[in-house]
Amino acid sequence: MSVSVAERIADDVKSNDVVLFMKGTPVFPQCGFSAAVVQILTDLGVKFKTFDVLKDPELRQGVKEFSNWPTVPQLYVKGEFVGGCDIIREMHESNELEALLKQHGVALENA
Amino acid sequence: MAMSASEIEKLIREAFPDAAVTITDLAGDNDHYAAMVTTSAFKGKTRVQQHQMVYDALKGRMGGVLHALSLQTAVKD
Repeated sequence: MSVSVAERIADDVKSNDVVLFMKGTPVFPQCGFSAAVVQILTDLGVKFKTFDVLKDPELRQGVKEFSNWPTVPQLYVKGEFVGGCDIIREMHESNELEALLKQHGVALENA
Repeated sequence: MAMSASEIEKLIREAFPDAAVTITDLAGDNDHYAAMVTTSAFKGKTRVQQHQMVYDALKGRMGGVLHALSLQTAVKD
């Protein structure tokens, strides 16, 4: 992974409270797992920034190396890697995700 | 590009000899599985770390040869 991609990712996850690297966009997700995470964040009423890895092959590879996590989607809160679809689903079902967001001072409209 | 359930199980058992492993074929295409892995090796690890340990056991196949593995992990006492 080139230094510039790593720097770009590091900067993106630090300069946005909630960041989702996904396949496609929230309106047109291109993968069921990405769509599931978008739905969870929408249900909680969280504002989140997305990046479509399908449009950027270097980013697609870069995020896997950045957090030593082999798949997309990937969710970051306040610069910290939280997990992929399975973990986000599990955390949402046990309200851990809501607690984590609140703990980090992220606004939740619907919670 | 695919993996068999037994291949996945074998790799996980090699990495975690005491593991209880259940693999469910979600789509019948050798590419979409759900797995439940319970092992004492997960003790004291976060969920992210537990999942990363399983991905490491699959030796780089996750996200490549193996497209989707819905993963659940638990600590064996």
